Amino acid sequence: MNDLTPDRDERVANLKGMGCSRKRVEDARFTQGKGNYVDDVKMPGMLHGDFVRSPYAHARVKSINIDAAMALDGVVAVLTAKDLEPLSLHWMPTLAGDKQMVLADGKVLFQGQEVAFVVARDRYVAADAVELVEVDYEELPVLVDPFKSLASDVVLREDLEPGAPGAHGPRKHHNHIFHWEAGDLEATEQVIENAEVVAEESMYYHRTHPCPLETCGAVASMDKVNGKLTVYGTFQAPHVVRTVASLLSGIEEHNIRVVSPDIGGGFGNKVGVYPGYVCAIVASIVTGVPVKWIEDRMENLMSTAFARDYWMKGKISATKDGKITGLHCQVTADHGAFDACADPTKFPAGFMNICTGSYDIPVAYLGVDGVYTNKAPGGVSYRCSFRVTEAVYFIERMIEVLAIELNMDAAELRRINFIKKEQFPYTAALGWEYDSGDYHTAWDKALKAVDYEGLRKEQAERVEAFKRGETRKLMGVGLSFFTEIVGAGPVKNCDILGMGMFDSCEIRIHPTGSAIARLGTISQGQGHATTFAQILATEIGLPADSITIEEGDTDTAPYGLGTYGSRSTPVAGAATAMAGRKIRAKAQMIAAYLLEVHDNDVEFDVDRFVVKGAPERFKTMKDIAYAAYHQAIPGLEPGLEAVSYYDPPNMTYPFGAYVCVMDIDVDTGVPEIRRFYALDDCGTRINPMVIEGQIHGGLTEALAVALGQEIAYDDMGNVKNATLMDFFLPTAWEVPNYETDFTVTPSPHHPIGAKGVGESPHVGGVPCFSNAVQDAFRPFGLRHTNMPHDHWRIWQTANNLGLHD
Amino acid sequence: MPDKMHVKLNVNGEDHEFLAEPRELLIYALREKLNITGPHVGCETSHCGACTVTLNGKSVKSCTVFVAQANGSEINTVEGLGSPDAMHVLQENFREHHGLQCGFCTPGMITRASKLLEEIPNPTEEEVRFGMAGNICRCTGYQNIVKSILSAAAEMNAAKEAAQ
Repeated sequence: MNDLTPDRDERVANLKGMGCSRKRVEDARFTQGKGNYVDDVKMPGMLHGDFVRSPYAHARVKSINIDAAMALDGVVAVLTAKDLEPLSLHWMPTLAGDKQMVLADGKVLFQGQEVAFVVARDRYVAADAVELVEVDYEELPVLVDPFKSLASDVVLREDLEPGAPGAHGPRKHHNHIFHWEAGDLEATEQVIENAEVVAEESMYYHRTHPCPLETCGAVASMDKVNGKLTVYGTFQAPHVVRTVASLLSGIEEHNIRVVSPDIGGGFGNKVGVYPGYVCAIVASIVTGVPVKWIEDRMENLMSTAFARDYWMKGKISATKDGKITGLHCQVTADHGAFDACADPTKFPAGFMNICTGSYDIPVAYLGVDGVYTNKAPGGVSYRCSFRVTEAVYFIERMIEVLAIELNMDAAELRRINFIKKEQFPYTAALGWEYDSGDYHTAWDKALKAVDYEGLRKEQAERVEAFKRGETRKLMGVGLSFFTEIVGAGPVKNCDILGMGMFDSCEIRIHPTGSAIARLGTISQGQGHATTFAQILATEIGLPADSITIEEGDTDTAPYGLGTYGSRSTPVAGAATAMAGRKIRAKAQMIAAYLLEVHDNDVEFDVDRFVVKGAPERFKTMKDIAYAAYHQAIPGLEPGLEAVSYYDPPNMTYPFGAYVCVMDIDVDTGVPEIRRFYALDDCGTRINPMVIEGQIHGGLTEALAVALGQEIAYDDMGNVKNATLMDFFLPTAWEVPNYETDFTVTPSPHHPIGAKGVGESPHVGGVPCFSNAVQDAFRPFGLRHTNMPHDHWRIWQTANNLGLHD
Repeated sequence: MPDKMHVKLNVNGEDHEFLAEPRELLIYALREKLNITGPHVGCETSHCGACTVTLNGKSVKSCTVFVAQANGSEINTVEGLGSPDAMHVLQENFREHHGLQCGFCTPGMITRASKLLEEIPNPTEEEVRFGMAGNICRCTGYQNIVKSILSAAAEMNAAKEAAQ
């Protein structure tokens, strides 16, 4: 270095690389109303599509009369299954190996199902025409309970051959979808039978919906002159959509361009392929002009992508002093009318087999049965990796129930069963290999931060005061310790529709030392444009402010499997680091040439290569970029570009320790969150500000799910929560301030040690809020009560326990 | 098809005249006729606030106002608050304090916050939370939105004091 060289810390700070709370580059446009979401996309001559939907949950469609609708001024087309059939598009494959009606083919199987697609001049005319389509239905018996469905003579899916196996093996009944299992049933049963203590519990994880603020939508434009189809849409996996669109339509993949513009939140809702996308594409092909389809909120809640709906029956065994010896879990999974779960192909119940949680449990068994009912299809991972919220809720409730059985403190029960630091990499009884963790340190830090013992003392005093009639408020201390499994995933066992779940990054360094990097993922608010530039800044030594990140346009971005299951950082983040390292490797050769030394005689130092032992001799990355384009370097191609397709060797396993302190008014059922402490360990931290933001958001979605949000059906199959009047989305008024904290246990196999964080707070948050409610009533004999804990249900719990007498 | 009516609106200081069906919602007139796409549609039932605009000095959800009702009125949207060269204090503070993620609620959120700070120039945290309860955000958990608004209020008040 010379006198003009800024010191190392200053150079590191200038890069705004990893570890820095860099302000987001996205925000300038979003705060000024200049985002470009799918409903902002306008094309010349564009028509609007709208659906005729079934008011019935199960009915035969006897006839559809479109004459009156077609006669309305401004209506261009009305599509029904009959129109799609010649194109073989009246049904489409689902991500789960099943198929789904695009438009009702002979019958409807859930309320809100798509029956006909009206295409008109504008959205008002389209909505008018929807009212004019006459559909003659004949009602059929409705099944909304999976247990009744499995015992019913009523055949829901008449299209499936009776007795024929499904995508995941034999089916036990005409309304059965699959049986899937993991672990050792016999050994588990034996351990539980001979155990000193066994706790059993049945729990229902209710159906809910991701409900991003922006609903789903698409604009399809078929350019018949050039034979090119362009589709803008709310796609969490744009490249997969292109491949599926090609396979379905027969249009060659190079003639399809799929673009995910700005996305107004996804949370799993925008992973699947929906009839609206297909109909917009077909309508554009038919009419020759662009067609826009935008869901309204009611359609969103009723038809696209529910989450959860798991009936879980558990048995957990332990020694008298609380060492867990075995775990048994049997799930009945309500998948609705079509199996449209968004899981990797080999995992029809997602990663539910992470349900041994953070505990060293020697034997375990999990069985899952998927069932058809007259409810909307979906089963997406709502702000979690595949079914991980269900798994973590299950084990964190079973721990609480076992603690009651053992008359033991639930924090202590967790502590004595945690997988120990020295056991990692740890292979769980249900097969997963946990990469790294230090659970005891995190737990101790969390309990100390909240003064756990003090809380328990206060709670005991409160119970006494309540019994003396001095207060009507109980206090609950909710605990949860979760381990997530994210970053799907190794191609060897994770694929979607046959496509391995790798991800990608392509970097071009410009001659003046700035860069563009494109990834196979797509941000829906996570801030990729900000954080991926930070990874690169640290890896290649150019300032993050000089690096543009682009995603979502399949014509320019490298193929990737998209953003869900917290996979962007674990997979595309790794690809970014690896592509950066390829850039650095070439830069090293260029630097050595420029400095007239051997390649091995230079080393990377923040933003430059220096000659080893002579740091005053250096070439900055900016110098190197310039040379790559302006100088003939023997043995090297001009230019400075790299691409990496990354197949992760393993998943990553973020974890965390949460504590919620709640006061519950037993007479109104209103829970008041006094305190919420969240410690997250997501490995290496790229942008602490963004991480904290993700945690606040994930916890708030957890609060919603635990304390009121649900999609419920009546016996007729009517959706009871189809507008935001009834579907609980918390406002600023209901949400507390959260305390965030962290430990750092890097992933040993990830190039930068990062594990992913976006979904952890939801996964850990739901059981924590739920446990807080249930813990408040534990002194009065409550063992378990199902979510959502809305005011009415909490009041009922208090009433059932005799607290209103 | 109902007859179209002649509508005059002043949006962000600019006069507009156009024909619209009386039943057309204000949000669609703004977004589709005038290309003002900052306000978004999240629910069409007045619950989410993504479509919030200021109509004759009051915060309203433009998804439940007919354009006929708005005829002759003055409307302000997020586009009128600042410019790329001179962002509004609220816009700057939302960025500074990470008060947004996907950005879909942000235009409505900031438009409402600007009005709230006119109604209560020096709000408490509780007043901000109550005053913003008509605007839903699914990403941030509100903590940083509240922080952004309180910080903007402090900055605006300091600037006012300095000017006096």
